[in-house]
Amino acid sequence: MGKVIVVTSGKGGVGKTTSSAALGAALAQGGDKVVVVDFDVGLRNLDLVMGAERRVVYDLVNVIQGEAKLTQALIRDKRLETLYLLPASQTRDKDNLTAEGVAAVIGALKSSFDWVICDSPAGIERGATLAMRHADVAIVVTNPEVSSVRDSDRIIGLLDSKTLKAENGERMEKHLLLTRYDPARAERGDMLKVDDVLEILSIPLLGIIPESMDVLRASNLGSPVTLADGRCPPSVAYFDAVRRLKGETLPVAVPGEKRGFFGKIFGRKAA
Amino acid sequence: MSLFRLFFRAPSAPAARERLQVLLAHERASVGDSDLVTKLRDEILRAISKHMQVDDEKVSVRMERGAQVSTLAVDIEIPFDAGKKAA
Repeated sequence: MGKVIVVTSGKGGVGKTTSSAALGAALAQGGDKVVVVDFDVGLRNLDLVMGAERRVVYDLVNVIQGEAKLTQALIRDKRLETLYLLPASQTRDKDNLTAEGVAAVIGALKSSFDWVICDSPAGIERGATLAMRHADVAIVVTNPEVSSVRDSDRIIGLLDSKTLKAENGERMEKHLLLTRYDPARAERGDMLKVDDVLEILSIPLLGIIPESMDVLRASNLGSPVTLADGRCPPSVAYFDAVRRLKGETLPVAVPGEKRGFFGKIFGRKAA
Repeated sequence: MSLFRLFFRAPSAPAARERLQVLLAHERASVGDSDLVTKLRDEILRAISKHMQVDDEKVSVRMERGAQVSTLAVDIEIPFDAGKKAA
């Protein structure tokens, strides 16, 4: 049985879709079978970020409404054969997502993939709550910025109350992915500190992704950044995040932070 | 290494522009369900199901939307006795 991950944030534009694609491609490069599911019905973009926008035949809503089989709607990545995409519908509205339909789709995906990554829409409406509903693990994407942190706090509350795990009295595993981290602004003291964000949200840190041109380039080209250039700083951070997701304990490096000998040894621990 | 990258990599914005133009041309056309490729797909499948019981698993539909031409490939496995039953 595969693991279901929801990538969520509350706030829009923080990097959910970019991170879903990057993490999915990083996991698939390790040989795991991965499907990334776009839940943003009406405003899909995962297909564009993954470079499959011209090949969308059917979508999640078609599958839920019984108009297409799941296997027909899945799009296999042209570069990575273990990476798949299930696009959202662009023309229907989100009321077409039914709770039973989503449950059936996630159930089917779990049985044939190692990882099911649910790319949540922004907000706290139906699309977002359905995306998190069946998750085993949640990745909360946050920017070091006040409104993003506030919205993430709200989402953490929903993860702890509105998910199946929460309703069954289980603890939802949550991780913080700090994205668009700008070392120059941090240096000037104009950005929330990593420790401040961690203290406020108090969930373990999965990784810090630096703000980077490489991410923009990759989405221009229609490639997850971890596939476009595996060695650029954001990709390295995503690959490390994937190792932590799989249970490894790695110190998290803060981009741009110069660390002495002792700092390197007693680096920040994830969790 | 980053200097090398800065100077020798092709700019990515033209690729972004071209991808968006093609995509948006298709999406604007599909508002109100007038996207020809989607229409053809649905009608072809309907026509086929009139003559035989179509097993959804045996039908594969692929589309590729291009700037000048789009392609639609419908691959259907027709069992030997399908025609007899319908007749």
